[in-house]
Amino acid sequence: MDRIPILRMGNFLLVTIQVDMHDRLALTLQDDLTNRISEVGARGVLIDISSLEIVDSFIGRTLANIASMARVLDAQTVVVGMQPAVAITLVELGMSLPGIRTALNVESGMEYLQETAEAGMEIGVYGGDSTED
Amino acid sequence: MSNLLKLIQESRASVLQNWMEGIRDLSRRRGLIDERELEAQSGDVLSAIADVPADTNLSNIDLPAWQTLKELLGTLSAARAVQGFSPSETALFVLSLKQPLFELARKHWGNKANELFSEITLTNDFIDKLALYTTDSYIHGRDQVISRQQEEMLELSTPVVTLWDGIVALPLIGTLDSSRTQVVMESLLQAIVQTNSRVAIIDITGVPTVDTLVAQHLLKTITAARLMGAECILSGIRPQIAQTIVHLGINLEDVTTKAKLSDAFRLALERSGRAVVRVSKANTSAHAAKEL
Amino acid sequence: MAATVLKTETIHIKSSSDVVTARQQVRTLAIELKFSLVDQTKIVTAASELARNTLDHGGGGEMDVAVVENGIRRGLRLTFRDHGPGIADIKQALSDGFTTGGGMGLGLGGSKRLMNEFDIHSQPGAGTTITAVRWK
Ligand SMILES: Nc1ncnc2c1ncn2[C@@H]1O[C@H](COP(=O)(O)OP(=O)(O)OP(=O)(O)O)[C@@H](O)[C@H]1O
Ligand SMILES: [Mg+2]
Repeated sequence: MDRIPILRMGNFLLVTIQVDMHDRLALTLQDDLTNRISEVGARGVLIDISSLEIVDSFIGRTLANIASMARVLDAQTVVVGMQPAVAITLVELGMSLPGIRTALNVESGMEYLQETAEAGMEIGVYGGDSTED
Repeated sequence: MSNLLKLIQESRASVLQNWMEGIRDLSRRRGLIDERELEAQSGDVLSAIADVPADTNLSNIDLPAWQTLKELLGTLSAARAVQGFSPSETALFVLSLKQPLFELARKHWGNKANELFSEITLTNDFIDKLALYTTDSYIHGRDQVISRQQEEMLELSTPVVTLWDGIVALPLIGTLDSSRTQVVMESLLQAIVQTNSRVAIIDITGVPTVDTLVAQHLLKTITAARLMGAECILSGIRPQIAQTIVHLGINLEDVTTKAKLSDAFRLALERSGRAVVRVSKANTSAHAAKEL
Repeated sequence: MAATVLKTETIHIKSSSDVVTARQQVRTLAIELKFSLVDQTKIVTAASELARNTLDHGGGGEMDVAVVENGIRRGLRLTFRDHGPGIADIKQALSDGFTTGGGMGLGLGGSKRLMNEFDIHSQPGAGTTITAVRWK
């Protein structure tokens, strides 16, 4: 596998990382995601890492980079499903990923993206009926 | 190799009798075991020695032929540990087999010094190894019991409770040491996943003091929970602990803290889109939580 | 440290997919030794960091994974060897945040925290050998 598939769901992009990624694959994902965000004008990115057995400094940095680049492109990123053992290890390693939003699972991650997207609309749209959906 | 082995096989009954005479006082003294049981055990041990092929080497107890004997001694030493024998008493039980075996050898090779010497040396080393093995497995068995008990105790003393749908609490009681905090950390994070809880309350009202290491563990737990997508609220920090935390220079700035568990619970409900409202003056409903 | 080696395997680290292989090999042995999930994760993460350093900073090399025994304790010992530029100031390299390659500078100090024993031998110009052990 030389690419991780990116799924589009309306305004959001969804990525499920299921393989033990080598570093180049992670960098490819980072490129692909930033390109897709600007292509489709995505408002949010959800990255599901519940199958990942480790997150080391490289993957951690890649996730942080994705989140910052997405922010520059006006999209929110949420990382969901990090396993307890992975989280404990990542903290011990010294990475707390302060700039990254997290959620327990895909549902609550989606909920978060929807809320922030709606909030963004309310501020962004002049007087319209923006609170629907 | 050993001619003695053949001899033992031939005169099992008399060896057992001699052995029993030697150990009777030794073991019965404390009344920990009755005579019939002792005789049965000794008989089993002797059979396990005598039942191997006659040409089995006595100098290497790691041979497959000695496996049964070793297993038997392992079981025996575990059983005796439960009965209250000390490891040295159990070793003594094995060592006391030397006397009847030496006697047997002396009877047979009494006039041949060289043979007697080599048989006795061989037997002596053999029994020593068995005794050592018994002690080792006693210690191993006890270590296992201790570490299992420790683990059970740790788990018992860190119960994670579900307060509400999506809210768990960990009321900590007693002194926290580094290894207990580690267990706490893991079981809380596990519970967060299992119960799908977005908020976890760590209540340390019952914790008298906190040292740097423990405070750091708590902080790491809170950070790990955040990485997983859950928020921790720390409640019940005693004034002394607050002082310690500040003195130690531990940064709790990013951690939500509340004075009491109930305050933390109220906040947790708010965070999950609910609120606590006072329904009436009746104290039964004063703490009822209602969905907005 | 008079540890007996019960089993050892070597992985050559020449590309980023070798780093993946190294992680998987370490995971297999950690499971075989019945390390807890958290411990497995710590060891594999440390292996990943050190293997990547061997590749990125050491210009490639190899990793030995060994099941070792010290009295009654068993453990996993990881040894990483390269003939790269070496580390001039080990203390500085170990400190969090220090990097010469645009990383986060967490790999070395972090993997030291994840393991029980950690030892760096390095000679500028000759290469680096890092040995790390985690005991059960
Ligand atoms: N095998 C090695 N050979 C030469 N230098 C090394 C080696 N391993 C580490 N170093 C040096 O030590 C520094 C710190 O390593 P460390 O792994 O902590 O950080 P990093 O690799 O730069 O970034 P990160 O691992 O966080 O992505 C490196 O930048 C490098 O200068
Ligand atoms: Mg590194």
